[in-house]
Amino acid sequence: MMQISKILVRASLIAAALGCPAVLAQAQDTITLGAAVSITGKYATNGKNTQDGYDLAVKQINDKGGVEVGGKTYKLAVKYYDDESTPARGAQLVERLISQDGVKFVLGPYSSGMTKAIAPVTEKYKIPMIEANGADRDLFTQGYKYLFAVLSTSDQYIASAVQLLAELSQEQNKDLKDVKIAIAIENDPFSQDVRNGVAEDAQELGMKVVIDDKLPPDFSDMSSTLTKVKALKPDLLVVSGHTKGVLLGVRQVAEQKIDVPMLAATHCDSAQIIEKFGKQAEYWLCGSQWDESLTYKDDLFGKARFRRAVREDLTTIRRPTRLPSPPLRSRCSRDARHRAALMRRKCGTPSRRPICKPSTAT
Amino acid sequence: MRREALTFALRGPRLAAALILAALSLAAPFLFPAITVQLALLWIMVVFAMTWDTTGGQMGYNSFGNVLFVGLGMYACAVVQRDFGLGYFWTLAAGLAVGALIAVTVGAVLGAGMLGLRGHYFAIGTLGLGIAAGEIASSWEYVGAGGGLTVPIYPGDIAFRTGFFYYQCLMLALATFLALRWLYGTRFGLALNAIRDDEDKAEAMGLHTTRYKTVAWCTAAFFLSIAGGILGNIIGFIDPRDTAFASSSYGIWMVLMAILGGKGTLWGPVVGAVIFHLTQELFWTYLLGWQRVALGLLIVLIVVFFPQGIFGWVRARWPERFGATVEKPAGTKSA
Amino acid sequence: MQDGQHAAVALRKWASLRDLPDPAMDRALSARRLSEGGGLPAHKLDGNCAAARAMANLDVLIAAPVFAIQLLVDGILIGAVFALVAYGMALVWGVMNVINIAQGEFVMLGGYTGVVCARYLGISPFFGIPLGAAVGFLAGLLVYQLVIRRVVEHDLFTSLLAAFGVSILLAQLLNQAFGPDEVVIDTGLGSLNLFGNMVSVSVIKLVSCGLTVAIGGALMLFLKRSRLGQAIRATAQNARAARVMGIDTDRIYAMTFAINAAICGAAGALVAMIWVVSPYAGLPYTVRSFTIVIMAGLGNLGGVILSAFGLGVIEQFASFIFGAETEFAFVFSFLVLVLIARSLILQRQRKVLR
Repeated sequence: MMQISKILVRASLIAAALGCPAVLAQAQDTITLGAAVSITGKYATNGKNTQDGYDLAVKQINDKGGVEVGGKTYKLAVKYYDDESTPARGAQLVERLISQDGVKFVLGPYSSGMTKAIAPVTEKYKIPMIEANGADRDLFTQGYKYLFAVLSTSDQYIASAVQLLAELSQEQNKDLKDVKIAIAIENDPFSQDVRNGVAEDAQELGMKVVIDDKLPPDFSDMSSTLTKVKALKPDLLVVSGHTKGVLLGVRQVAEQKIDVPMLAATHCDSAQIIEKFGKQAEYWLCGSQWDESLTYKDDLFGKARFRRAVREDLTTIRRPTRLPSPPLRSRCSRDARHRAALMRRKCGTPSRRPICKPSTAT
Repeated sequence: MRREALTFALRGPRLAAALILAALSLAAPFLFPAITVQLALLWIMVVFAMTWDTTGGQMGYNSFGNVLFVGLGMYACAVVQRDFGLGYFWTLAAGLAVGALIAVTVGAVLGAGMLGLRGHYFAIGTLGLGIAAGEIASSWEYVGAGGGLTVPIYPGDIAFRTGFFYYQCLMLALATFLALRWLYGTRFGLALNAIRDDEDKAEAMGLHTTRYKTVAWCTAAFFLSIAGGILGNIIGFIDPRDTAFASSSYGIWMVLMAILGGKGTLWGPVVGAVIFHLTQELFWTYLLGWQRVALGLLIVLIVVFFPQGIFGWVRARWPERFGATVEKPAGTKSA
Repeated sequence: MQDGQHAAVALRKWASLRDLPDPAMDRALSARRLSEGGGLPAHKLDGNCAAARAMANLDVLIAAPVFAIQLLVDGILIGAVFALVAYGMALVWGVMNVINIAQGEFVMLGGYTGVVCARYLGISPFFGIPLGAAVGFLAGLLVYQLVIRRVVEHDLFTSLLAAFGVSILLAQLLNQAFGPDEVVIDTGLGSLNLFGNMVSVSVIKLVSCGLTVAIGGALMLFLKRSRLGQAIRATAQNARAARVMGIDTDRIYAMTFAINAAICGAAGALVAMIWVVSPYAGLPYTVRSFTIVIMAGLGNLGGVILSAFGLGVIEQFASFIFGAETEFAFVFSFLVLVLIARSLILQRQRKVLR
């Protein structure tokens, strides 16, 4: 419960930050939000999900009358650019959104790498960015004051799998020193941080990381890593690499008959591994930001459709066999957008600068 | 053939045009404050295209890996900025200098081996270099590995920052242009053209071709690394494959811009870079989701209809404009 | 007024919130401090350095050579798929002096044909192989007539750029047609287990290897025996002379380019069954085939097959021993070294690699 109030506090803070600047938009009663998402390129799958999420939230909000700021009601609109999945382009486009299109609020892109590229831009223009797809902890240790994330950091995606492994090992009276973990990740900011999280947890618990492979982003095959897995017999195999990573992981683990007691991955839902592989996808544990079993309510999306990110639930582990569910990314983005709206409604006297700058005390 | 670019450059009304152009570029941050960053990038693109043309157009060595030097400059500058606490501006200057030094050294060392390759082997070898560099950077923890590297944020006012980098880019582009213009007018430039036209004969005439080739490549490396350092600061985040050693964007664009404008001319790459950059910006803005289709089509059209580039096409069309001394190849009717 | 209060409350709460211990943030910060302070960086595991890891991995191979067999088999089977794509590239390069950068996109086109077969037409994905070849053939013909034909007489770079344009165009059109999702075909063939389950070979990879050999063999036979094949070879040797001899080189070029695209299409259907297909996944196939062709040397079609297998095996071992992150760096550094070495050897005979 304390966690919830914590999130709410943060939310109202974002609200304050967002609502304070004077609303300057082309149309008089429309607030234009800016977003550079990956419509083409290697992140296009999740970029599209992100865009769908934003659009859905905007539609929901507008259908219910829009947002109220300082007694006046505004409709929302989003101006999109395509960052082509390259960080340089993303940074450029957000710069353009802000300086040319006069956007006062930025919605996050997809992936940690893109967010890392965009955050310095929003920071220097002092424009708040609400993002739901950049989970790398590195983003939150830079001292950024205008970056607001509504998801758990990437080190936690697999954390409860490691925890579960520790518990199960203890139940079986196995010494944690003998527990081995294999990590196979894509060499990009997000997955690197997933890996760092697992490695830190393992170190804390005294487990050993026996394989630590970073696959190049263009990889199409992970059989040599899996051969290593076969040779070293770890107790847990962690695979992370956006949608392609988990697709290849599931397929090749089954193909090579890799017999690992526990398998864990990220992005299972946006990769739709159940739909694509059926039985082969069983027994993969997937870290997820949301789960269908959570029962939060909200006035925009109702009960079962929309859930708030709360720390304990973020790391809920589930067996993917159970649920055909909307892709994670859509839900994330919807949440980010929605929260922004919620915040704005609750908040502030319009003024040029955020009067409520987040506390500068670090 | 070589002198004509020079005679075209500055004389009479053209001097006036050049002055107006200079005044416009100097005043740009005040005239178009909203798009200053795009304009700064435009100058970077000009540097990319011009330096590519030094080896590609003038010397006939088509490199697909010049992005290697961009990345080196970018990383060196960012690492210096990260690790040396001398205050923002000093470290930036030091970073650019270190980057240039490293890039020139690497150019000189690699040049000895790489420039022995000819034709498409050189192209592919350099492509391999660029990609390998990106892969090495992305597995090297000291420079952030696959997680990338965040460049320190400019400490001063935001409006000032944009102008700061804009003028750096402008100065760099101008310096590159003047240096290359001077270089192409010297004996050195003639040697490069000789290598392009027939390397074996040039060597038989007593030219130390390897030395000339290496110096030309290092010149390109020098300007590219500085451009890379500034570019890294403008973007603010360095991704090993997509920003620094971006073979499939900057690496290919360099070639494309030079060919679009006209290989082997002084002004061609400049014109090519300007047109390419403007078109791309327009595509991004107005053709959301389809911009790459448009870009692909544009490339195909350029290559099919202007294989000699815009400047090459203009020159073929109105040769007398480029000085009356142009020799007509035997068999064509005189203008 | 009321809003202002909200903000004030939020601020106060935020301030108190910042004092509360936040485990994840603490950990992040401490990891950061460690790596900044020169202590144990968060990324280093148990102080393992790269060299030590490489030695450990090598030890595994020495202790249990059966895994070397697994790597060898995987390398050969992976190499087989790339051999097809590289073979097509070498053919076009040799005959037309065009480097087809759009190779990978043709592969993806074939892959999507397979996916359409399996998912929408409800027939066996294996029909995707001939169908992918057919679609590839037509697409190749179209691309040749519209674009390549106009640049084939220009120098290599003009056509290379044209092909680059085609490649981003194709990738984007695939994205518009099929969406950006990664797709796969599940054949359900499973895998074979050898050496008491120590070595497992996926059946589909075996099948694709067999098909590669068959297609490659058929092509070689076709080039050697058939009238068209002979004309293609003649054009490759000397296009002008071939024209003088009455060969319609334009038609030969068209056929060569289309045959290449057909090979890629067939390979693509296999890729969908073995790995994943997405509109933007084409580039690695282009780059890899590039490397393979260069290693084999131009005009050496037989060598292409060998170097594809060789590269596959080398990559498997390199990434097993040095870690997967070095795999690409290794391949491309290797490519550059091979080129420089070959050039230096030739220089001693006063020749150059051109």
